[in-house]
Amino acid sequence: MYWQKEQECLSRPELAKLQLARLRTTLKRVATNVPFYRNRFQELHLDPEKLTSLEMLGDYPFTLKQDLRDNYPYGLFAVPLRDVVRVHSSSGTTGVATVVGYSRGDIETWSDLVARVLCGAGVTSDDVIQIAFGYGLFTGGFGLHYGAERLGASVIPISAGNTKRQIQIMQDFKSTALVCTPSYALKMADVMMDMGINPNGLSLRYGLFGAEPWSEAMRREINERLGIRATDNYGLSEVMGPGVAGECEECQGLHINEDHFYVEVLNPDTLEPVLPGEVGELVLTTLTKEAFPVIRYRTRDLTRLIPEPCPCGRTLVRMSRVLGRTDDMLIIKGVNVFPTQIEAVLFAIEGTEPHYRLIVDRENNEDRLTVQVEVIESMLFDEMKKQRALVETIKKRLASELGIGVEVKLVEERSLERFNGKGARVIDNRRL
Amino acid sequence: MLVEQIAVFLENKSGRLAEITAVLAENDINIRALSVADTADFGILRLIVDKVERAKTVLKEHGFTVGKTSVIAVEVADRTGGLAHVLKCIKEAEINVEYMYAFVNKTGENAVLIFRFEKMEEAIEALRREGFTILSKEQIYAL
Repeated sequence: MYWQKEQECLSRPELAKLQLARLRTTLKRVATNVPFYRNRFQELHLDPEKLTSLEMLGDYPFTLKQDLRDNYPYGLFAVPLRDVVRVHSSSGTTGVATVVGYSRGDIETWSDLVARVLCGAGVTSDDVIQIAFGYGLFTGGFGLHYGAERLGASVIPISAGNTKRQIQIMQDFKSTALVCTPSYALKMADVMMDMGINPNGLSLRYGLFGAEPWSEAMRREINERLGIRATDNYGLSEVMGPGVAGECEECQGLHINEDHFYVEVLNPDTLEPVLPGEVGELVLTTLTKEAFPVIRYRTRDLTRLIPEPCPCGRTLVRMSRVLGRTDDMLIIKGVNVFPTQIEAVLFAIEGTEPHYRLIVDRENNEDRLTVQVEVIESMLFDEMKKQRALVETIKKRLASELGIGVEVKLVEERSLERFNGKGARVIDNRRL
Repeated sequence: MLVEQIAVFLENKSGRLAEITAVLAENDINIRALSVADTADFGILRLIVDKVERAKTVLKEHGFTVGKTSVIAVEVADRTGGLAHVLKCIKEAEINVEYMYAFVNKTGENAVLIFRFEKMEEAIEALRREGFTILSKEQIYAL
């Protein structure tokens, strides 16, 4: 099943031609309308008019998350605000949020691309789609919503949270497709058991999951416990939101909507392209976005391309599920957590020093973050009351900074490993 | 009139207390009194020793986090009502006790009470007024 068969099954040479034309247009547009890009292109003497091959994009500079923050809120918009019909924002947990805008045309494209993902997963206009992603500044809820309506399915915009009610509605409204994070799907399965509801008695057949890392093992568990077919989809607000890539019914990788996004996979250290099929950082350039184009956006997500043709007939290249992050960002309960945030909080509390370690566990399908902090002399009290007050202070400040609850555990000085790389600060016990 | 006490942070894992006492023994440091305050995750060991600076140094060398605080040592006759009498005096002076522990000295005649008060100076005054014996550093270390 295809939503836009002609585009999804375009021959590779035709696709390349289309991409080149769209890329040149995008580069010209940002050079004209966005001072940030214009200045950088000028510094490097890059003239979009002279772009004659897709490979020449390699000469262009990358765009980083920090560039988006530096231009908060509207600095990278390529159209006047009056042409923007929607604004979304990423969770600004590291201080400054990033803001993205959509023109009317962008919303049209976005709806179609999400409809492609839904259609690819097997969903049709006969389905009842329960969207349990948060509706709001996060792109997940509205992104899926517009795509599902475009497809012509019946949409239940239930948003996130209140699991029992989700299940009640799923049962009463006879939802056939569920959209949420994979861990939330497992949580639902747990709650169904508690409620004495047999998932096989429900109408649910499809699950479209994204917004956090997961694994084949998790997919199997979801499929078995909910009696559905779970598919993966990928997107990020900086590039568009959901709809960048999605799995077809083969469940062997996610087709990237290459007619709208130009994809590169680079070695994150050398920033040179990896060999076909090798793991590297996903770098995306939008080819059709009007309000918020991005050029060579470094996603920090690690993946590999699957160059072999897919039995489904789509010619769009597939990427593997996201295998990890190039930075040390953790996604806990769907919230982005950076160790540097924790460091900053510890620094700010008088007497504390940031020798810490993060331990992430997943129990009963809920993520739990424990922060171990080494006790130094200035943090040691002879009075238990004060010692415990310190733990509470650290806990509260971390919770308000991160937006999620954390456990804090004091440990003896020098008991945590010293490290050179960042990664050693984190022990992720979640079996994804 | 204040006595120095050292505090050591302990994670709740086996053998930590044994390790501390071994380190002190190896360095010929005598423990006069000790108490442990604990939670599920960690504990704070409080020690009165005969060589405070030496104890602090060697424990630090062995990787322990060590702090130093002042406490008050009060000597009372080892008989019924000894502690009650002291606490009554403190209560009347409206002073809170943060923590306390006690031991009986070698002769067995007197008990030594170690106190950490919310208001140390005021407590000393109140105890003096009531005629309690407050032990000096030297007296405690020599016990």
